[in-house]
Amino acid sequence: MTSCAAPDQSLPAAPLADGATLIEGTISQSGAPVAGAYVRLHDASGEFTAEVVSSPEGSFRFYAAPGAWELRALSPKGNTRGELTAAIGLNRAELVLT
Amino acid sequence: MARTDVLVSADWAETNLNAPGLVFVEVDEDTAAYDKGHLTGAIKLDWKTDLQDPVRRDFVNKAQFEALLSAKGISNDDTVVLYGGNNNWFAAYAFWYFTLYGHTSVKLIDGGRKKWELDSRTLSDETVTRAATTYVAQEQDLSIRAFRDEVVASIGDKNLVDVRSPEEFAGTILGPAHLPQEHAQKGGHVPSAINIPWSKAANDDGTFKSDDELSALYGAAGLDTTKATIAYCRIGERSSHSWFVLSQLLGQADVKNYDGSWVEYGSLVGVPIEVGAK
Repeated sequence: MTSCAAPDQSLPAAPLADGATLIEGTISQSGAPVAGAYVRLHDASGEFTAEVVSSPEGSFRFYAAPGAWELRALSPKGNTRGELTAAIGLNRAELVLT
Repeated sequence: MARTDVLVSADWAETNLNAPGLVFVEVDEDTAAYDKGHLTGAIKLDWKTDLQDPVRRDFVNKAQFEALLSAKGISNDDTVVLYGGNNNWFAAYAFWYFTLYGHTSVKLIDGGRKKWELDSRTLSDETVTRAATTYVAQEQDLSIRAFRDEVVASIGDKNLVDVRSPEEFAGTILGPAHLPQEHAQKGGHVPSAINIPWSKAANDDGTFKSDDELSALYGAAGLDTTKATIAYCRIGERSSHSWFVLSQLLGQADVKNYDGSWVEYGSLVGVPIEVGAK
């Protein structure tokens, strides 16, 4: 049984199941990846859905559903947010700390 | 019970890292987090390999728990100060677990590992060993643990609090959105359950909201404080977080955690399920 903890964000994603919606991206600052950022997925109403810690490469990944989502990131280096509308399949999201 | 009896701040923890009679324990699913750096002097517990039976889906038994804590160097008289990743899900689960086996003094660090990291507090990579003890556990206190038959019998009667995300509650997805979706057989929730996501009880940095905010949250969501309550999630650790809020911070009586949770309930043959938002 898998736990509710986030899997290692560095690992390649498992093959995407038919109909699955994957949100995948990176967080960076001045072109350099930000490791150890807390990246949170919130739904269209602002409700928290999931949180992962970015990998040494700044990567994060969520298994979601089609629709509007908000990403929020917290890090000792700063905080940021972004929005996207996800569709079935792979959806990319890039977050930049200013 | 006061909030200060069970919850300590990161400042308090940092000041008391070397205080006698305290054992700091990090609890994560993935001990790699601990190995990359931990609170000075803290030992680690792996929620799965240390606290779960290696064969059956159940906890380690009393004798196994005694052997574990003895080997880790935890005494019955020690105050166990828990923290962990994932907004303290697994630390809250361990808090419930230590309480289940009758440990007298347990505390949780508000915000856990996340708050500690966001504050850029010191983490240590030293190897921590403690002298072995002879720990004696109590029999499980089943007044805080619910099983499936009680959950089914409680439909339309007790407060059933589903603490998963709205999408999991509705049955749109089967597990948290950071995991591949391969869990229970069916999506949805236990009929008559109210959806109060665990996350509503926490701030973005992982600390708990104030008692007034928490009371308002559960009141507005329809929790009947005159009734018994069973909290559940997918496998029982997010609901430990809400169990901690309801029973330890708000002092609500008769609150149980259903650790079988949706992975069990959503795979049972013949039980009623509701889908959709409420």
